[in-house]
Amino acid sequence: MARRENPEINAGSMADIAFLLLIFFLVTTTMNVDSGISKKLSEKPPADYVPPIIKEKNIFEVNINRNNELLVEGDRMDIKDLKEAAIKFIDNGGGTGNAGEDGSPGKACDYCQGDKSESSSDHPNKAIISVQSDRGTEYGTYIQVQNELLKAYTELRNRLSRQKYQITFDELEKAYDEAKKNAGMKDRVEDLRVKVEFIKTAYPQIISDAEPTS
Amino acid sequence: MSKFRKKKKGMPAVNTAALPDIVFMLLFFFMVTTTMRETDLRIENPRLPSATEIKKLEHKSLVCTIYVGKAKDESKGSGYNKIQLNDKIASADQVPAFIINARTKVSEAEIPFMTTSIKADKESNVGTITDIRLKLRDVNALKISYSTQKGSSN
Repeated sequence: MARRENPEINAGSMADIAFLLLIFFLVTTTMNVDSGISKKLSEKPPADYVPPIIKEKNIFEVNINRNNELLVEGDRMDIKDLKEAAIKFIDNGGGTGNAGEDGSPGKACDYCQGDKSESSSDHPNKAIISVQSDRGTEYGTYIQVQNELLKAYTELRNRLSRQKYQITFDELEKAYDEAKKNAGMKDRVEDLRVKVEFIKTAYPQIISDAEPTS
Repeated sequence: MSKFRKKKKGMPAVNTAALPDIVFMLLFFFMVTTTMRETDLRIENPRLPSATEIKKLEHKSLVCTIYVGKAKDESKGSGYNKIQLNDKIASADQVPAFIINARTKVSEAEIPFMTTSIKADKESNVGTITDIRLKLRDVNALKISYSTQKGSSN
């Protein structure tokens, strides 16, 4: 009977241990954010649907064969050159664009900086990129091609946005998202929405997937 | 007033005995909430292709995931073109049923915002993906997302 009373255990460092564990879990558990290339499929066409006639020069044809090689507009090409070729095609602006929804005649592209060549696309809103792949094409290659094409659009949108609003399109979209969430910035939402819409319609992403060859 | 002045000076020690409890509560909260409920993979974990132009998928409850890759079970055949819906290896023909089933779980108004995320291995064939895409179009599930990693593709 050396001691009568139980000596109190010092629990002061317990918090430290718990904090250590807490921080460990906070760091190690990665929230599995699902991200990817988003696409909107076209609706199923009715049985009697007649596809509109599109001029050859407004179509940018990308073929991927079963050996994952690229054929762009009839020529072999490496994936790394695809973006430049796509930009050149989209930004050509050789003619007039689609007629407006109110029936106003199509205008020439006044923001394009391309060659204005006769044999390439008329207007970014008429330029269609058609990707045709083989059934045996590797999915990885297919995604790479889609990614390069999207990069081309992003670059053009960023360029136009910097020209007009002095910030890139990514920043513009981010600002718009933030303004939507923030109640204090209500007056800016409409302004930003118009800007985002303008850029989007200036360079609409028209990438179509053709039925694969087998 | 004199009553109060008589109080002893000097800081009383703050009782921190409850601090570990609070921290533990936080700890358990994070431990519980961060466990992701993943469906059992019947295929090998797909090696997603990488891309740079990616968008985050929002509204987790409106996302249904289709896996494509190599079956873990050798008897189901080799090759990277096995489709997994829910917990089973299935064929592309079962995709519409899968989507319709997923639709019953969300409200009518949210159906147009449903997204199908395709998690496919980079060695899968485009043919398989196209089959899935055609089936999705049949049931009007038009928003899809090809799941990728973030990174440089070159």
